[in-house]
Amino acid sequence: MNKLINSPQTLLADALRGFAAAHGQLSVDFENRIVFSAAPREGRVALVSGGGSGHEPLHSGFVGAGMLDAACAGEIFTSPTPDQILAAAIRVDTGAGVLFVVKNYTGDLLNFEMAAELAREQGIEVASVVVADDVAVEDSTWTAGRRGVGTTLILEKVAGAAAARGWSLEKVHVLAKRIADAGRSMGAALTSCTVPAVGKPSFDLPEDEMELGVGIHGEPGRKRVPVMSAAELSHALVESITTDYDFSGKPVIALLTGLGGTPLIELYAMFAEVSERLNERNITVARSLVGNYVSSLDMAGCSLTLVGADDEILDLWDAPVNTPTLRWKD
Amino acid sequence: MPETLTIDAIQQWLHRFASEITTQADWLTELDSAIGDADHGTNMVRGTAAVVAKLDVRSTSTVQELLKAVGMTLVSTVGGASGSLYGTFFLEMGRNSPSSVQLDASELENALRAGVNGVIARGHAAVGDKTMIDALEPAVTVLSRSLADGRQLHGSIAAAAAAATTGRDSTEPLVARKGRASYLGDRSAGHIDPGAASATILVAALAASVDEGNAR
Repeated sequence: MNKLINSPQTLLADALRGFAAAHGQLSVDFENRIVFSAAPREGRVALVSGGGSGHEPLHSGFVGAGMLDAACAGEIFTSPTPDQILAAAIRVDTGAGVLFVVKNYTGDLLNFEMAAELAREQGIEVASVVVADDVAVEDSTWTAGRRGVGTTLILEKVAGAAAARGWSLEKVHVLAKRIADAGRSMGAALTSCTVPAVGKPSFDLPEDEMELGVGIHGEPGRKRVPVMSAAELSHALVESITTDYDFSGKPVIALLTGLGGTPLIELYAMFAEVSERLNERNITVARSLVGNYVSSLDMAGCSLTLVGADDEILDLWDAPVNTPTLRWKD
Repeated sequence: MPETLTIDAIQQWLHRFASEITTQADWLTELDSAIGDADHGTNMVRGTAAVVAKLDVRSTSTVQELLKAVGMTLVSTVGGASGSLYGTFFLEMGRNSPSSVQLDASELENALRAGVNGVIARGHAAVGDKTMIDALEPAVTVLSRSLADGRQLHGSIAAAAAAATTGRDSTEPLVARKGRASYLGDRSAGHIDPGAASATILVAALAASVDEGNAR
């Protein structure tokens, strides 16, 4: 498949240049591949996230007032390095400490852990929260554990609002863990994705099949199934998520993200089915997002995330935010 | 015969590691494409080339300083899980090496043990999880036993390299419990772990460098 690039080798640097050109309110450290907000935030806890590139707008699109303070971009599907993460922490720490938001992949975990050690050696207080919400992966001590997907951005929004209100690092950390614990996701791929430097699809998926439970780097899911309709897929996704966590009796924040190659009209058709499935289970969708928020390059498909909320979480969700991707006022 | 590893020999080890990684990069990537994301060869070539470039421009006065610089270089250039694991190996080796220009046999043994323990602590992996630990852990165990039995350094390191190779090959039937390969479950069996393969190259390069030091 043709790609709109200059070369695979320069794609990440080119994208960062474009990001800087488009979003002048944010700063870009090209050497360290960090997008950060230079707005004054004296005495406030800072949020730093990051991960492999190829999931845009995650994470750089969520940097700005009321959300992330900095995002570290790794190579495509490769975690950022500790020196890079450390540089981000140094840039945004005000003395109130830094929360690292980490998705549960081995590379991300190890690099953020090393970065936390290096930052502490420099006197920066660091706490970390790990998102592991993908129910497609068996949660077992015999695997790397569940992958982190859509709950990440909901956590970044809610914890970012708490930090903006001046909460302490300890309080923001407790809140962030609460969100991570209450989030569940499940996705499905209609096609593979193509890493530009590799030039061919990451896995083979026949035209008439889909991968149920796919990971956002093309990791294998639960099973290969014949292609389903939106209605059929909504049953499968909602069933998997709700049997894993009891959402009844609490409002949920729902995210239906495209994986990069599925048009919005299909995502809305899919969300119509998802909301009916949730209604049938007496699960109240209090807030929702539909669009390409956690993508996997050009993969076609979608991933559904539900996060169990309460009044406090919804209030923080509604708080003002000003980032390239999410932007609203009171 | 000198029972020491000089700072020159350590630099040789690193050069040899880098050139062997380059030679075997395609194989490492092939192993990784079976159970991972097909970038282990590329990532290790980038990291070890950066180490060699650093050795060429920077003179380090002590073994401790050299190993720490190597660790930080790998951490910042390899990326992914391998970067932090190889970086931790050399950083811990460095932290547990003396501020001198050489390592005697027991200092080398201590440093390697600390490096391997650092990797275990960082990655929470044990023998049998189908990781680089399957090569490194038997290598340092055999090294210690051989030295305790009164064998010389070069013979002991050679035995350690053989143990690493055996450990690497033992990963083939295993089901991965760590890292991206673990998502495959039973489908990860039947393939050698790429991390165990590159770790074996690391130990073999050390054996070759000790051997060469002795030959001169």
